[in-house]
Amino acid sequence: MNNADKLKQSQTVVKAASKELSANSSISHNPKRRALLGRTLAYAGAASAAGLGAGNALAQSLPIPESNRTMGRTIPPEDYGMPSKYEGKVKRRRTDVFVNRQNFSDWSMTPLAQQLGTVTPNGLIFERHHNGIPDINPDHHKFVIHGLVHQPLEFSMSDLMKYPSVSKFHFMECSGNGLTDWLKPSSKTVQQTHGLLSAAQWTGVPVSTLLDEAGLLKEAKWGLAEGADGSAHARSIPIQKLLDDALLVYASNGEMLRPENGYPLRLFIPGWEGNVSVKWIRRIKLGDEPWHIRSETARYTDPMPDGKWRQFSMEMEAKSVVTSPSGGMNIRPGIVEIQGFAWSGNGKVRTVDVTLDGGRTWREARVEEPVLDKSLTRFRYEFKWDGSPMSIASRVVDSTGYVQPTVDDITKVRAIVGFVQHNNAIQPWAVSSSGEVTNAQFG
Amino acid sequence: MHNLAKSFITISAVALVGGCATQSKTASVDIPKLGKPISEQTVSLWNIDVRTKDGLGLPGGSGTVAQGKVVYEKQCASCHGPDAKGGPVYGTMVGGIGSMTKNPRVLTPGSMYPYAAILFDYTRRAMPMNAPQSMTNDEVYAVTAYIYNLNGLVPADAVVDSKYLAAMKMPNRDGFITDTRPDVKAERCMSNCKPINTKL
Repeated sequence: MNNADKLKQSQTVVKAASKELSANSSISHNPKRRALLGRTLAYAGAASAAGLGAGNALAQSLPIPESNRTMGRTIPPEDYGMPSKYEGKVKRRRTDVFVNRQNFSDWSMTPLAQQLGTVTPNGLIFERHHNGIPDINPDHHKFVIHGLVHQPLEFSMSDLMKYPSVSKFHFMECSGNGLTDWLKPSSKTVQQTHGLLSAAQWTGVPVSTLLDEAGLLKEAKWGLAEGADGSAHARSIPIQKLLDDALLVYASNGEMLRPENGYPLRLFIPGWEGNVSVKWIRRIKLGDEPWHIRSETARYTDPMPDGKWRQFSMEMEAKSVVTSPSGGMNIRPGIVEIQGFAWSGNGKVRTVDVTLDGGRTWREARVEEPVLDKSLTRFRYEFKWDGSPMSIASRVVDSTGYVQPTVDDITKVRAIVGFVQHNNAIQPWAVSSSGEVTNAQFG
Repeated sequence: MHNLAKSFITISAVALVGGCATQSKTASVDIPKLGKPISEQTVSLWNIDVRTKDGLGLPGGSGTVAQGKVVYEKQCASCHGPDAKGGPVYGTMVGGIGSMTKNPRVLTPGSMYPYAAILFDYTRRAMPMNAPQSMTNDEVYAVTAYIYNLNGLVPADAVVDSKYLAAMKMPNRDGFITDTRPDVKAERCMSNCKPINTKL
């Protein structure tokens, strides 16, 4: 084989690799696709190099991967495993729509399009802090129950970890998820539209266990949960919910909480808006009425059309979103699989429907097991795309029979003025004839 | 999961005490009691919450509008701007009374808070952002007086204390309702449905 032939052979391999890639992948996220293509081309290059060495490789043969021909990296004496360097784009991101002028009271969002299962890796659980992330030594952390109890009690972390624990899979969603996209499609990706949503297996002690130990006085109707952070963030929570399913959580997904998620101890209130699951919790004080502090009057309240504000809107109502294809991706004609998440703070996902024509007709999607209470649930739906422009969306019905509304349905009963919480509307994505997917939430 | 864990522990406890035939359904025998009894005095420095409706929990001390202006300029103005009209980091804390039926609603302590003690509670627990819980109660009363004075709710010569804040009637006192959801009743329409609001 002369040099010209060798060059020709290597180009054939490159072409074959590109062709195979386009045949196998009808959906691609632009940056990721470029990275994948780059890798395939690199393998093709390696093939031609291998061919030169062996002298008899067939153009059609898959090359022996370089990883088969070398020793891997060494096993370190100790380590904490990190994602592959090829997954470097999978990161939490702050919103690019609403830009705060400080870095302490803000939020970062989960890359939902890259979340491939029903739990969020600990390093990607969304963040919302009111004065940064405190550094708390668990050996010094104390948790106190006081107020309307027979006996005020103090607990150390090692005390708390000796109680019988429970582990539960639940989603957590910020009440502000989607607040930038009520009336216009401000956000480009599903990370930006819906990324104040995460899910984990949460491990801790039922709050009821510790309230029982302190002994509730019969006048105790509400508990104030307060954090040990620089905002001393606090919320009033009805006693029924604290006794029903609230947890004092020290672990998520099998390991101690990350600092940004409340290390070493947080409250977890299943199904309710994220900010009541007070992080870095230092005390619960029992009282006979809610406190009506700033975070439950001037914040986390919903404007109503008559000028009033609705407060204590705790449950996160049923919601779903298509994560693939979603804003920023590209699809090509052929079989396309729609994937997404559905969840409800009031129970389980019952059904998910998808539309390809902007909501005129809907078909039932396949809901993937497990379907758990107040948990992220995956759905899928395959169809053959002929290249015509379309608008796709999903709609969930939960176990109470509640049907996910459109923005139009919600704006009939609420006022969308300013910084509005509790957007659980159907999210439409437009697909152009060239396959480009964009946010189409024109409320 | 919860019940499973509990029954496992119950069974273990039963085995330990020698095979008692009836399995206890109550958690009391199974669960350790590790809380250290304390008095309310132990938690006095943490006990900073104010029930804002009637001011329960407001501490002793007081402050004037003039003192509050001094505190404000030292502790607050760098973020919130001169005269609380908005600064490099945050928007205005003055005005907006009567804007709740307008768009936008202008949200300030004067226009938004249903109870005056909210400003005391929040300032004491969280402000100034770079040194929270560093101000004295007198300073917090004073800066509360100053902000409400700028909003036209406290006269310039007022001495603000716990009784004063508890007695103030805020413009937005009756501006809140409790959760009324589900407030939207959508249908699970499958064909010939009204399209979602999109450009397509």
